[in-house]
Parts: sequence; C-alpha cells; structure tokens
Amino acid sequence: MTPEDLLYTKEHEWLRIAGETGTIGITDHAQDELGEVVYVELPKVGDTFDAGQTFGSVESVKAVSELFIPVSAEVVEVNSELADSPEKINEDPYGQGWMIRVRLRDKNQAGELMSAKEYDEYTKEE
Amino acid sequence: MPVEYSGISKEHTAVRTAAGLFDVSHMGEFEVRGRQALQIIQLISANDAAKLVDGQAQYSAMAYSEGTVIDDLLVYRHNSEHFMLVVNAANIQKDFDWITSHNRFDATIENVSDRVALLAVQGPKAIDILQPLITRRLDEIASYHFTRHALVGVDAIVSRTGYTGEDGFEIYVSAERAESIWNAILEAGRPFGLIPAGLGARNTLRLEAKMLLYGNDMDETTTLLEAGLGWIVKFDKGDFIGREALLKQKQEGMKRRLAGFEMLGRDIARDHYPVFVDGREAGHVTSGSPSITLKKNIGLAYLPVDHASVGSRLQVSVRGRMCDAQVVPTPFYKRKER
Repeated sequence: MTPEDLLYTKEHEWLRIAGETGTIGITDHAQDELGEVVYVELPKVGDTFDAGQTFGSVESVKAVSELFIPVSAEVVEVNSELADSPEKINEDPYGQGWMIRVRLRDKNQAGELMSAKEYDEYTKEE
Repeated sequence: MPVEYSGISKEHTAVRTAAGLFDVSHMGEFEVRGRQALQIIQLISANDAAKLVDGQAQYSAMAYSEGTVIDDLLVYRHNSEHFMLVVNAANIQKDFDWITSHNRFDATIENVSDRVALLAVQGPKAIDILQPLITRRLDEIASYHFTRHALVGVDAIVSRTGYTGEDGFEIYVSAERAESIWNAILEAGRPFGLIPAGLGARNTLRLEAKMLLYGNDMDETTTLLEAGLGWIVKFDKGDFIGREALLKQKQEGMKRRLAGFEMLGRDIARDHYPVFVDGREAGHVTSGSPSITLKKNIGLAYLPVDHASVGSRLQVSVRGRMCDAQVVPTPFYKRKER
C-alpha cells in the first residue's frame, strides 16, 4: 500500500525526490484519519522553509491539520488543482493529491526521514 | 458512538435527503414520579411544564440563580405524576445532584441513564422507515409529541424529536434491546437510503439548524437570554431558579448575545478561535465548521449586542490570520415543509 519510492515524516507527509527537486503531499493514513478534505492552504512559489516548519494546512469537515515540510526547501510549484478539488487528497494522496514541488536546499536531510517500511511500523504503533 | 461511519459529508447528506441512524445512548434519562412531580420540574426548569399534556415533550433548560446554564434538557410528560427528563451525557451527575438537592416535594427522581438506550432516526424518510415497525400511526404523532408503544415487539418510547433540523424520531428502549432495534431499523431503512451516522454528522447537522451544544454554545458562564434561549424562559409561569436574575437582565438589557456568522473567504472558523470586533477581541467561536448543506463556513460566537445584528462584520483569527465574517440570519438551515 505505502509506496516504497517515497520518504515519510512522523507528521505523515511524504517526499518524492527526483534529482534536486522534491514533491510533497500527505500519506494515505493521514487523509484517512482526517476524513474528507474541504480546503487546503498552501504556500506561494518562492517561499522558503526550514525542515520541520509549517508550510500550510489541510482542513477536513471535522478538523484542521498543519503541514510540516520534510526538508529545507524552496517552493517551485504549487498544485493549483487542489483549490477547487481538495478531494483529490483523499482520492489519490500519492498522485493527483500532491501539494507542492520544491527545490531541496540540503539533500542530506532526507536521511532523517522514514522508509515506507519504517513508516508502516510507525503508524501501527501510533 | 464513533465520530463517523462512512464519512461525515455522506452521513450528513443522507440525513438531509433520506435518513440517518444515530446511537445516542450516552444521553442521560431521569424518571420523575409522584404527586408533586410537576412542582420539582417547574422549580428547576425555565420552560413551563404545566403546559404539557400527556404524550408531549418540551425543550427546556435548567439555570443557576444567576441565570446561567446548568444544562439544556427535554421534559417528557407521561402523565401528571410521571415525567422523564433527558439531559446531556457530560452533565448527568451534576444535573441529578442539582435536582435532588432542590427536591422538597412529594416526588422521586431516579437516574435510569444506564438502563435506557436512545436511538435517533432522522431525515425526511424516517417516518416511512419506521412505520412498518410499529402499529401506531406515526403521522398522528405531532412534532414534540411521543407515544409509548411496541416497536418490533420491544417496549419503546417513540418521540418526534431530534437534534438535526430534520423530521425524525428518537426511540428510547431498554439498553439490552438496543442492538436488536438498531439492526431492525438499519434493515428496514436500507431501501430508503438510511445509513448509520456518527457524532461528526450530528454536530454539523445541529449547527446548521442552530441547535445549541452545551459546553460549547452555552455553559455556566452564559445566561439563557444571552444564548438566545429566551423563548424557553417563561417568566409568567411562577417562580423557578434563575427567574429573578433573568428578569433583571431582560429589563436592563444584555451586553452580548450568541450570533450566527458566515465566513466571507474560504477559511474555516473552528471551535475556540478568537473573534474580533472593531479590532478588539470580543470572544471566541463557540462552534465552527464547514456547512455541508450550504457549502459555506459557518459558526456561532458571543458578540456585543450592537455588533450582533444581521450584516454586522467581525473577524475570526484563523491560526493568527484575521479573516472576515458577517452575522447572518439563523438557523443557517431550515428544512422545507413537506
């Protein structure tokens, strides 16, 4: 279930690295816990963040959850589809539900993140 | 009761368009019996229980002598010497202690909460779903009336009440029979689109209908009048606890009152977010949520009375950002008469 080519945070974000860029979203487990997403607040292109900082929030009917950036990065693209179709986060969290593309500022930080297997263990214990 | 079964929006929409089944057995029930059962109820309840006839229910609230809210409740009259009070789960012990401490009448009060289960069938199809399960004609039971009758062979109180803003019924049965009744209703309702509904949908439904939630929209710090519950405060019925303070507030005027608002942008106001009026913090969101029926983001907050009329502007601080909102008429949602 959990894609093996991605890296994961304890706050349930995923990161897909391709060269110097990364794509970020929330996990299937996270969307399932949240329930139907009704609104996403995302940063602007050009915004920069340090690893662990809040880069936005995702709102479901029942709750709001902050989004934490897995690695230090600069935003290069935002998934504008989500403004009108936030339900894509529920339907396809690892695909069309992606949130931002970033330029990595320190690739080494990715070493701190979990593998799919580690993340699955983590969510089982949680 | 879980927060959701199949998803809050789906459950919410089922109740607005077909029907939903809720297990609200956590609610508390007290039996009040005796020659002076009415007197103790009249003392602790702001509404006028003397107006009730057998088989009728009434929304009311209990107030402290300051006029602030102990709890809201339903008063059911079986007969002149037998009533049932239905109170909020979190307040069962507090309410029971309060009522018994004021009981200087020829009346007994029994807490039967653990023995009584409560299922709610809510939605426009509720009556069609339940009718085959009971021999009593349900269309003869008016809103806020009830019957005590067998439902699929089980002794039940079937009451045309609810907490969703839709037509529907609340069914009181003994706890050990609740599961079989639940299953029977689920089975009977399936062809009509009935699905189980959880606490999440219960909250979004009741908020759209501006039915207040104790602990959020009113509590021991807000008076019944400030909460907009003046319509259940019957000053002319005789003495009751809180009457004097509430009468004084009515004559002198309120400083604040509970108002419904709608967010003007896409941000969602959540419970406890700070509310600002003219740049000054005026209170907080007592209940806030997306409205699934209206596709807007709505909420309730106590506002200064001169800023609480329809059209007045306010700001809600959404995680540090000031977001505009506007007072709107309530209830946010009102069902069409069918």
